[in-house]
Amino acid sequence: MAFDLQFAPILAHTPALLDAFWLTLKLSFGAVFLGCALGLLASTARIMLPRYSRWLVDLYVETIRNTPLLVQLYIIFFALPVVGIRLSAVYAGLLALTINLGAYSTEIFRAGIESIHRSQIEAGMSLSLTRWQVFMHIMLKPAVARIWPSLVSQIILTMLGSSICSFISVQEISGEAYTIQSLTYRSFEIYIVASLMYLALSLLLKGMLTVLGHYLFTPRRQRRTWWPAGTAQKRISS
Amino acid sequence: MIRPFGMQEFLFLIESAGWTLLLTLIASILGGVLALGLAIARVSVHIVLKEVARLYISVIQGIPVLMVLFLSYYGLAQAGLDLPPVIAASVALSIYASAYLGDIWRGAIQSVHRQQWEASASLALTRMQQYRYVILPQSVKIALPPTVGFLVQLVKNTSIVSIVSVIELTRAGQLVNNVTFEPFKVFIIVALIYLAICYPMSRASRYLEGKSRVYRNG
Amino acid sequence: MSIVTVENVHKRFGQNEVLKGVSLRVERGQVVALLGRSGSGKSTLLRCLNGLEVIDSGRIEVAGHEMSYEPARLRALREDVGIVFQSYNLFPHLSVAENIMLAPGLVKRVDKAANRRLAEQVLERIGLLDKIDEYPDSLSGGQQQRVAIARALAMEPRVMLFDEVTSALDPELTEEVLEVIEQLARDGMTMMLVTHEMNFARRVASTVVFMNEGTIWETGEPEAMFSNPKTSEFKAFTQRNVK
Repeated sequence: MAFDLQFAPILAHTPALLDAFWLTLKLSFGAVFLGCALGLLASTARIMLPRYSRWLVDLYVETIRNTPLLVQLYIIFFALPVVGIRLSAVYAGLLALTINLGAYSTEIFRAGIESIHRSQIEAGMSLSLTRWQVFMHIMLKPAVARIWPSLVSQIILTMLGSSICSFISVQEISGEAYTIQSLTYRSFEIYIVASLMYLALSLLLKGMLTVLGHYLFTPRRQRRTWWPAGTAQKRISS
Repeated sequence: MIRPFGMQEFLFLIESAGWTLLLTLIASILGGVLALGLAIARVSVHIVLKEVARLYISVIQGIPVLMVLFLSYYGLAQAGLDLPPVIAASVALSIYASAYLGDIWRGAIQSVHRQQWEASASLALTRMQQYRYVILPQSVKIALPPTVGFLVQLVKNTSIVSIVSVIELTRAGQLVNNVTFEPFKVFIIVALIYLAICYPMSRASRYLEGKSRVYRNG
Repeated sequence: MSIVTVENVHKRFGQNEVLKGVSLRVERGQVVALLGRSGSGKSTLLRCLNGLEVIDSGRIEVAGHEMSYEPARLRALREDVGIVFQSYNLFPHLSVAENIMLAPGLVKRVDKAANRRLAEQVLERIGLLDKIDEYPDSLSGGQQQRVAIARALAMEPRVMLFDEVTSALDPELTEEVLEVIEQLARDGMTMMLVTHEMNFARRVASTVVFMNEGTIWETGEPEAMFSNPKTSEFKAFTQRNVK
């Protein structure tokens, strides 16, 4: 059982790998912004919509959450052209990732919004704030703060999900890895490199988003540092 | 030669869905056994055990399933083992499942109130007895909803193994599409079959979550 | 030989020193009430006695066992020391009988029939035999606490520790628990109670220990201490806490 690993042939393809890394980043960021926007929109709409049309949003969410991302991608890339919507592989991938994250984030935002206790809303209304003001200032920010970890996890899953785009020959990290593998025949090595790139991205993304969350949601008074460092609390013992 | 999409093609899809379910079953069983060990290692007092488990879970959770699949497939080939794609796919899915389930179950074990540990320790139970009779039974109830939720993810992620030519539902859809050239019909039906499998499980997970929230500790 | 010996025990949580050189002796059959404000260290001291908290220095000996944090020796100590917690900590997935029979069955290897009889006896003693196969979530707080006492008693301990066991209960339910504790005292069980029930302490305890800022401030017989507090702190404490 001898492992004969040679990384040298792969180094020759570094420029292509960097391009692929960049493409993964672009796909991920695009999908995250658009997907979260879609999720916010859908979860808000669901609350504002009358009871009998809520099922529309639920239908969207359940359909996406119970079918594979790959199948969603195939439908967008292979089936839509039949009705005249012909997208390039990259844009098909972006659309699939957006719609996918949109569904999951709708559910995540909904959980956050519903966790805001009724008494908070009543307090806001009693201060004669409008429905919209109550929503924006009393519900939205605490809701997002509460579900931030879930959202971060889902964002990372979306970034990892971009690997699916390789199935329709998009030259992001996985796609490029597949190409390099067919050129150099060093399969194990290239996939180790690709995995390391994804790991780096995961760590980077998680770190950035955690800092962002701390910055957005910890009140300035409580914050001692601009990075998450726990607010000072004396231990009370009996 | 182009064929219209008919009953034969539909049955082929259903048959391949069987493979999807089989892969899911194998991965959940093998992955589950490993996950239990990982979860207990993660909460154990032995630092080495804890860190190794943590590293394993972090790495698997930080790379796409596709990478786990390729590393398993090509890694095994490098090691000289020439296994049929189905076996490599099962190994990959089991590894993937073990990391995510291990993380979920670790969370469930940690959710059991510290006081249950104290009460059982005060009754002179050994650590093993504490786990077996007091902690694990309670963590099962907590772990059930997210575990069922993850199984839905597992079913969907079996679609990835289509890349190594395992004939599960998604690959079958591709093959049927290549023969019938009716992507809309084919992939919508494929999606519906996945829906039929996954939606009941999602509902079950939500139902279990509602039940466990009513559950109060004394 | 005292059944509980505490010698110069120090314990800190982080930067905060909670026990600053506590020494104490308890004889067989004594009922000791540990009183004090929150933060005085009384609960911490109690929890040190069965090893739930680890002391930084000093010596503890309970029921003939020298305090050791080596697992097997600690378990041996815990067989002879029973503890009842403020939040009862019953095992919610087990019935009352199973809660009580769990430890004797696993630790003392009592056979099933004898174990069941033991459970029935101890439940009879606290007056809840009819609830033997019920689950904790169908019992009131007072009933759950009494089951918790029964569970500890089933191990036939030589010392019983009570950590604010009525603090989480409504006033109506407190009475039934205090009655059980009083009966145990009459039966001769050596007990240490951390409690806020001043009247109960005055009536049932054989010794009162008042703790303040991590040390034993004042100690003596209840009647003497309550009618003639020697220190101003204890005097202030009794005035604040007498219902």
